[in-house]
Amino acid sequence: MSFRDHFAEAAATVEGLTRGGEISLTNYYAERSDFFRFNKSAVRQPGSVTDIEVTVDVIAGRRRASTSVRLTGTKEEDQTRLERAVGDARAALASAPDDPHLAFNDKPQSSERVSRAALPSKDQIVDAVMRSGSGGRDMVGIYAAGRIAYGFANSLGQRNWHESDSFNLDWCFYHAADKAVKANYAGVEWSDAELDRIAGDAGKTLALLSRPAKTISPGGYRAYLTPAALHEIWGWLTWGAFGLANHRTRATPFLRSIDGTGALDPRVSLKENTAEGIAPGFQSDGFVRPPQVALISGGAYADCLVSPRSAVEYGAETNGANDGEQPQSLDMAGGTLRRDQALKELGAGVYISNLWYMNYSDRNNGRVTGLTRFATMWVENGEIVAPLNVMRLDDAIYRFFGSELAALTADRDFIIDPASYGRRSVDSFRLPGALVNDFRFTL
Amino acid sequence: MLESLERAFADAVPARTECSVRAEHSIEENFAVRRNAAEPQRRRVNTGAMVTVERNGGSGYAATTDLSVPGLRRAIEEASAWAEASAGRMVAGLGANGFTSAQGSYRTHEKRRWTDVPAAEKLALLADLSRRMKTDERIVDWAAGLNHTHTENLLLTTAGGRIHQEAKVVVPALFAVASAHGQTQRRSLGDSRIGQGGIELLDEMGMRDAPERLAREALLLVEAPECLDAAMDVIIGPDQMVLQIHESIGHPLELDRILGDERNYAGTSFVTPDMFGTYRYGSDLLNVTFDPAQATEAASYAFDDEGTEARKEFLIREGILQRPMGSASSQRRANLPGVANSRACAWNRPPMDRMANLNIEPGRATFADLVGQVERGIYVETNFAWSIDDSRNKFQFGCEWGQLIENGRLTKVVRNPNYRGISSRFWRSLKGVGSTDTYVVGGATMCGKGEPNQAIRVGHATPACLFADVEVFGGGQ
Repeated sequence: MSFRDHFAEAAATVEGLTRGGEISLTNYYAERSDFFRFNKSAVRQPGSVTDIEVTVDVIAGRRRASTSVRLTGTKEEDQTRLERAVGDARAALASAPDDPHLAFNDKPQSSERVSRAALPSKDQIVDAVMRSGSGGRDMVGIYAAGRIAYGFANSLGQRNWHESDSFNLDWCFYHAADKAVKANYAGVEWSDAELDRIAGDAGKTLALLSRPAKTISPGGYRAYLTPAALHEIWGWLTWGAFGLANHRTRATPFLRSIDGTGALDPRVSLKENTAEGIAPGFQSDGFVRPPQVALISGGAYADCLVSPRSAVEYGAETNGANDGEQPQSLDMAGGTLRRDQALKELGAGVYISNLWYMNYSDRNNGRVTGLTRFATMWVENGEIVAPLNVMRLDDAIYRFFGSELAALTADRDFIIDPASYGRRSVDSFRLPGALVNDFRFTL
Repeated sequence: MLESLERAFADAVPARTECSVRAEHSIEENFAVRRNAAEPQRRRVNTGAMVTVERNGGSGYAATTDLSVPGLRRAIEEASAWAEASAGRMVAGLGANGFTSAQGSYRTHEKRRWTDVPAAEKLALLADLSRRMKTDERIVDWAAGLNHTHTENLLLTTAGGRIHQEAKVVVPALFAVASAHGQTQRRSLGDSRIGQGGIELLDEMGMRDAPERLAREALLLVEAPECLDAAMDVIIGPDQMVLQIHESIGHPLELDRILGDERNYAGTSFVTPDMFGTYRYGSDLLNVTFDPAQATEAASYAFDDEGTEARKEFLIREGILQRPMGSASSQRRANLPGVANSRACAWNRPPMDRMANLNIEPGRATFADLVGQVERGIYVETNFAWSIDDSRNKFQFGCEWGQLIENGRLTKVVRNPNYRGISSRFWRSLKGVGSTDTYVVGGATMCGKGEPNQAIRVGHATPACLFADVEVFGGGQ
């Protein structure tokens, strides 16, 4: 049975179990994934995962409770599990007080988005990776691919379906110790030739890592941050930055921007761009997301992501954010710098290919820390001179995205998040590179 | 739920197939009250199994929610296809490890069972804790929560192995956030509060007594001066020591990192195989153990997920590095001794080298002794921010709470206390280890690692510790 048919069956079962005076919500997630892990150009852990999880919410009056269960794809067993799930949720209602922030979509808006792709077979992908890692290369990483499906249904008749096939090959070529080139090939149309092109480019950078590494002293340096480096920064900052609850409880790192005591450069604009991302266009209470939500416009903090619960709590309109009020399809506007001119414009300084392990030094002041990683280079006269030993940054968003921002690149990278905690991620980032006049390192 | 698995596995395995099945049935419950409003109760039932097949020197896995005979057969076929595709191409030392023949069981001891306390009583407790934190209009956010997971695991192998383990883990949460004149400060019970046991853990973790103190301290921090920038002695409280151990001892000693498996994601290690047995990791006062037998610690178990029997081992003794945290399969790859630490976060992820319970053995100094040794320094507790390089060397940690120490006495409260250092030097500056009166059994709920990614719970038990000449700094622009 297809995931789509299975979802329809599960939704109908839950609807059939819903009593008068109750409303039920059914959230369906399924994936059929291949995970092929490799190290030193050899197979480390190859395998597949088939997973189906359904979360049933039962609402009676202003009380609400939810139960999640794994389904098997076998009709009788699934019927039994769903009956138990509905029963458990209903039992929990008995002790639940009224929920003052209860929110669910009661104006049904059904939708469907399906994208299919032909993905490589097990043998094909093992062959392709082994070929890329041949010739003495030390290749380490993972290939994750397959179908992901999200469904929403409620007992008011709403049905939403999002199903996509994709692959994400995320790897490094290692020179030695911590010196490596990070590469990624993700999408829906697999091509051996495209993999060869990306691997070839990474191989050229790898050659630069054999030069003696340079160590710099703590201090301020002119720096170019690639889109991958910005991905690390935004991947951290967006965790708690743009939610309405973060805004109202004054926990956002953009606090000074909101208070008018800190300014970002007017060229910094950021939006949640659901229309051009790969995440579902609906959320778990059944609200449909707008195509875009402006988060930073012309350097100013703009709209928040508003979950249905926050909307009720703070008296606002929801814009279909998830419970965590985090972006899933982040889009940063580009600038005017041509990517192929980045090194020349950098002149002398640090080319930051990747950053790592971002966190806060002072959240109120938007001050973050993190480390350089992989093929970060020292540049002189617009040319790469040497790989750089790891450095810790400690700087504020109001400097590197504000007073010290020299330029943003015109062309941007579309980065599909390779994360797979619990599930394969459907988050994406469309980001430029950034040239910064003075970027602070501390250790 | 797992009662029928044994028969189904026996019926599903084709002749001459070497394989294992590792099944899980868990029930997770969440209760939360935020800003005095109860959130909907959430219950998550998680059932599934991973089959692993070895064939012709290749290995593969397949995970499924369908534990019927046809479902397991499909999983075995899929795992077999991976094993065939990888035969002759595996990382050296993998692919022909065989499967355990061990048999045994484990179960968490509860003094008062979680299920004996009605949901209404749990919600009433959280409502009371929440109410007690809203002491001032400057308290802008506050919440109380309880998470409980009962996990049952069954490992069966074609070599006759059968291991059944049940863990019951309690995680309380409590925080208060104060905000005034551009400063927002948080005080919490900390993310290190986690343990195995029953509802009695809430008292042992101090949850019931904490609300007013957390609110009061959050308000104090809003008005406090920034932590000063200087090199000084630092006493790290046990709830921050948990993370210090985790990031700068635990991860660098994971053998799969040393073997390079994690280089594309979680990173490598500054520790190399030749260091074991001789390398001075810390001062003579540093004794670090892998101890899966601490009754209430989060990652206690009798066997790891490869079926290796778990026992206490010294990883660092009197400052000298002894052995890595490497599972039986990693030990074979590296030709090094190790521990029973092959662990998967769930049925749908394969096991790998992990921390389990990683502890610092207590010393002799009382907390007053530690403070008394310090002429000019700072006491820090409760982690707020953490960051460390991919070799696990250059670290920076930020804490919620800082209090200066002057002439052997705790004095002024400071906000945004951060400190940074380099692992390979930092532990050598350890100059005081707290006794059992400062000893706390805690851990981390979400240790991230692996490809595909896995977040797993780990245990860390530790006293407060004193370090010399640490670079300390505060916030500001």
